[in-house]
Amino acid sequence: MSVAPALELRGIRKRFGATEALRGVSLAVAPGEVHALIGENGAGKSTLMKVLSGAHQPDAGEMALAGQPYRPAGPPDARRRGVAMIYQELTLAPHLSARENILLGLEPARAGWINVAAARAAARDALAQLGHGELDLERPAGAFGIAERQIIEIARALVGRPRVLILDEPTSSLTGADAERLFAVITRLRDQGVSIIYISHFLEECRRLCDRYTVLKDGASVGAGRMAETTPDELVTRMTGREVRDLYPRHARAAGEPLLEVRTLAAGPRLRGADCVVRAGEIFGLAGLIGAGRTELLRAVFGLDPRSAGGVRFGGEEAAARPRGCWAQGAGFLSEDRKEEGLLLSQPLGDNLTLTKLGAFSRAGWIDTGRQTAAAARWIAALRIRCLGPGQPVGQLSGGNQQKVALARLLEHPARILLLDEPTRGIDVGSKAEIYTLIGELAASGKAVVVASSHLPELLGLCDTIGVMCRGSLVAVRPRAQWSEAELLRVATGAAAPSS
Amino acid sequence: MNPRLPALLARLGPFLGLLLVTALFALPAETREHFLSYGNLKIVLTQTVIVAIGALGMTLIIVSGGIDLSVGSSIACTSVVGALLLQRGWGPLPVVLAIVGAGAVLGLINGLSIALLRVVPFIITLGTLGVARGGAKWLADNQTVNYESSPINGWMTTADPFGYALPAGVWVAGGLALVMAAVLRRTVFGRHVFALGSNEAAARLCGVETARLKVAIYAVAGATFGAAGVFQLARLRQGDPTVAVGLELDIIAAVIIGGASLSGGVGTVLGSMIGALIMAVLRNGSQQMGWPTYFQEIIIGLVIIVAVFVDRLRQGRASAA
Repeated sequence: MSVAPALELRGIRKRFGATEALRGVSLAVAPGEVHALIGENGAGKSTLMKVLSGAHQPDAGEMALAGQPYRPAGPPDARRRGVAMIYQELTLAPHLSARENILLGLEPARAGWINVAAARAAARDALAQLGHGELDLERPAGAFGIAERQIIEIARALVGRPRVLILDEPTSSLTGADAERLFAVITRLRDQGVSIIYISHFLEECRRLCDRYTVLKDGASVGAGRMAETTPDELVTRMTGREVRDLYPRHARAAGEPLLEVRTLAAGPRLRGADCVVRAGEIFGLAGLIGAGRTELLRAVFGLDPRSAGGVRFGGEEAAARPRGCWAQGAGFLSEDRKEEGLLLSQPLGDNLTLTKLGAFSRAGWIDTGRQTAAAARWIAALRIRCLGPGQPVGQLSGGNQQKVALARLLEHPARILLLDEPTRGIDVGSKAEIYTLIGELAASGKAVVVASSHLPELLGLCDTIGVMCRGSLVAVRPRAQWSEAELLRVATGAAAPSS
Repeated sequence: MNPRLPALLARLGPFLGLLLVTALFALPAETREHFLSYGNLKIVLTQTVIVAIGALGMTLIIVSGGIDLSVGSSIACTSVVGALLLQRGWGPLPVVLAIVGAGAVLGLINGLSIALLRVVPFIITLGTLGVARGGAKWLADNQTVNYESSPINGWMTTADPFGYALPAGVWVAGGLALVMAAVLRRTVFGRHVFALGSNEAAARLCGVETARLKVAIYAVAGATFGAAGVFQLARLRQGDPTVAVGLELDIIAAVIIGGASLSGGVGTVLGSMIGALIMAVLRNGSQQMGWPTYFQEIIIGLVIIVAVFVDRLRQGRASAA
């Protein structure tokens, strides 16, 4: 490179107590470049981002911003100097309006009084830069959908005119079409000369979008280069240190008895009608845009939201109205949101694993902790959950291992109808492969599995049958062989007339 | 650094606090001789009883992610009920059962309101704080309720400072603490309480009937507040509807000093008991030092802040690693 890099890192190290989170990271990002930062969970990406944004101070190493030494005192300092960060978990204040969120901390004001007209203009300008000038500025941020909230978040970063923009897993909760809009936004910013560090687990995305990449493994940068000169397999090998040949293993299985029957099911404003049958030994995929009603369908089936019309049958039996009864009938639900709904993060792994059936581990209300611990230890071994033991709080595990605990709960119960909402969200490639294998084995052992996912290759790789939801209705159900990524997207966006 | 060290410190934290405040009063010349005497120890333990028993129910509630501000009023109300029944010549056992039952009913009302109206516990119990206090005054006709002697009157006495027997209240508080600790740690109910406080949505998803559980938690806790009311009656030897104003804050403070988190999912009975003792030691020691009551109030207020700050430091470190 002839020009000075927009951002350059050399030999960054950071230690927390006994753990060395960063053991020598080097990274160079050119002006107007989209740079992919990839690595498994726990590789040190989040720590590196915190160092870049000034939240942590590095123990060793050098950082330079456009050739000048860069050592931010904290996130506001980093923002002032032109390094903006968009976190994976959105950080909007839900009660404040879009405008107030976009200008939070940078309100145009005189003597403490906000100049609303100037604020509105600045917010409008930032949104227009993203090609989303149409957003209602005065609506509370909490009233927007997740994709729009992300746009608001990026607009907030743009107000400070950043030179370097860091995006952490921006598409993990977006559907195909929303992700496309985001890519357009990123390309636009790149063309305006902004350097972008793009962190993602989705390698296809990185390959499409990014010019160059750096791979992190165990806290060190282990490879970098031009995206065009590498292959996804090579990237995975570098990230994991092993070859992942087939992400989606196929298991011999045949569909048997219908275990889950859903008839004209409706619930609330976002689920208008769904009909489907899932058989023993079948993996049924649910595709659709965000807000199309995938999660709502699963929640209504499991009695988490009241059903307003239609019916659900588990193994021919009318489904119970509430989760407790559904568990008793052999259905199990895996939430898309591990932190908010899936797990008791502050509680031990063993309690998390057995929460649905503590009664079975107890006599007259008193828990037999020996048996409970033994059951947890069995699943820790069977699923290779990396932890200190059944007593460790589940919040201390990595995302992939947390997801294994959440899945193990369904297996321990044991559920024969598995309702899995985004089973691989936010976990690394290695853990994904293990979870796909596990789901395949479960289907092969005669369980009925429903997988809702925003990630189309996952559905196409994993499922036997795929149904697409559009605006609250399940509009098309076909065997996998009849679907392609393009066709799924056409039906999901309502571009094609459904024919099922 | 040994990764177990923070966990160990967390467990020992309240003990260290207790040692510290004890040393504070055991070392100065003015109080050295009397403070650590058996007679004074007995007084401190007896002074802990009411807060300690109240803290048992409060631990349950706080671990479940709730709060109960109506405890002081409940204790006053139930002790008035007891005094009225003694006035009518009821025996000690039926009176105790009635007082505990009255506490459970008040708790049941809290729990049902929280579960059915879906209003946050802070507001509901702020309301019942007033309702129970007013109810107590109404029942007592706005004056103290006196009765002829009852065996209950002897349950909190430390009249004989050199005798070795501890008053009944101390034994009951200790016994109830053991039961509550076992219930929280080893029963399905107890684990569900932790699940509810740690993540209500996840508990519901896992089939825990959260509404029913909340009703049960507040009812059980109400029963322990009733039990505290029994010993309030034993201490005063009359029913006083204006007693225990603000006691809920002492009880909540004991639980928080003991390491429980107001956001739920964290807390132990042992910690809460130590917390209650720390408060009693501070009160007792300040009196012996001849410090004015406002000074005691300031010290206790600061101790609460320091205890929660230390807890926060520890958690901050745990999440950074």
